[in-house]
Amino acid sequence: MASMRDIKRRKSSIQSTQQITKAMKLTSTVKLQKARAKAEQSKPYFDFMYETVHAMLAKSGNINHPYLQVKEEGKTAIVVITSNRGLAGGYNSNIIKLVTGFEIPKKQLVLYTVGSKGRDALQRKGYEISKDYSDIVENPEYTDAGVISKDLLDAFEKGEIKEIYLAYTFFKNTVSHEPRRIKLLPVEMDKDAMERDHVPMNYEPEEEEALDMIIPKYITSIVYGALMQAVASENGARMQAMDSATSNAEEMIDNLSLLYNRARQGSITQELTEIIAGAEAIS
Amino acid sequence: MADTMKLQVICPDRIFYEGEVSMVELTTTEGEIGIYPRHIPLTCILAPGVMAITENAEMKIAALHSGFVQILPEKVTVMAEVAEWPDEIDLDRARAAQERAQERMKTKDNSTDIARAETALQRAIARINTLK
Repeated sequence: MASMRDIKRRKSSIQSTQQITKAMKLTSTVKLQKARAKAEQSKPYFDFMYETVHAMLAKSGNINHPYLQVKEEGKTAIVVITSNRGLAGGYNSNIIKLVTGFEIPKKQLVLYTVGSKGRDALQRKGYEISKDYSDIVENPEYTDAGVISKDLLDAFEKGEIKEIYLAYTFFKNTVSHEPRRIKLLPVEMDKDAMERDHVPMNYEPEEEEALDMIIPKYITSIVYGALMQAVASENGARMQAMDSATSNAEEMIDNLSLLYNRARQGSITQELTEIIAGAEAIS
Repeated sequence: MADTMKLQVICPDRIFYEGEVSMVELTTTEGEIGIYPRHIPLTCILAPGVMAITENAEMKIAALHSGFVQILPEKVTVMAEVAEWPDEIDLDRARAAQERAQERMKTKDNSTDIARAETALQRAIARINTLK
């Protein structure tokens, strides 16, 4: 049996770890509330933009626009949204798995990373990182999303990349977050929407010109929405991870207290037997 | 009361306005338009400008900078990247921005600067007009 001193030392070390995880849980709870409110407020814009663009494309199905054409040449870009900090359970590794599990070979991929955890891990695995925007993760603004989408569209127009995917964590609710991958460009036509909508839409300026202006906004808003979702998920994942860490620590402390008490009792009993035995030996 | 339509003004960070209105006026890239209920379906690109919402007899004014608008007979949805009520606008800042933009347009350097200065100027003017 471990000595009383060892158990005591172990227990106090776990106790101080528990204090840290508890504090981290509290801060991530507060951050989660803020991030969730933001994610919810940005959702109508995000959803409506998605609907409008898809409805627009469905109605003007045979339009010949560079943003809608499927190209043969070029690489595939993925925007990978992770966090800058760890201790968030499987949050970052789920996204990394999503990227490494991609059906397109590594050599054909270029990554645009947001979040240093994902960037470092994927760089180690030998992925090509084109650009990194890790400093915006803490507090993403709409203009930050604008910068990312501008870089993406520039590369797309130059023909460096032929398609753009987005890998992020969707925030379902506080306890469930889902790593997701969506295709940004070329925009995929939704067959259902084509059949559903019959309203003939007019455009001012002409459709092509309108699409030229709307598609960049569409990409920006989707990236912004994904950033909001990812930040909320990150804090949710961290809160959960820290919550279970705290309760695991609690359990370990309980077990150790039991062991400690047993050891203490054992040593008292031993001392008593020694005293009695000593006394008997003298008499 | 005359008929009304639903108006939604959505920004990336909030729902800016939502309600029943009898008319809304907007500035698009093709010029200023006024929309009454039962308009033909139309999608326009917004230019920086003033949006005027007529809600029964009351009139509300706001500044819009870039975005687009989708008009359907019963519903108008404005997707604005930035929208501001008059009390959110800092007049002195807008004036300063206007002067700066005009200054920049006088000292011609290269084409990209001019385009940026022009939108900055349009925004500043939209803000100032909203407060008038």
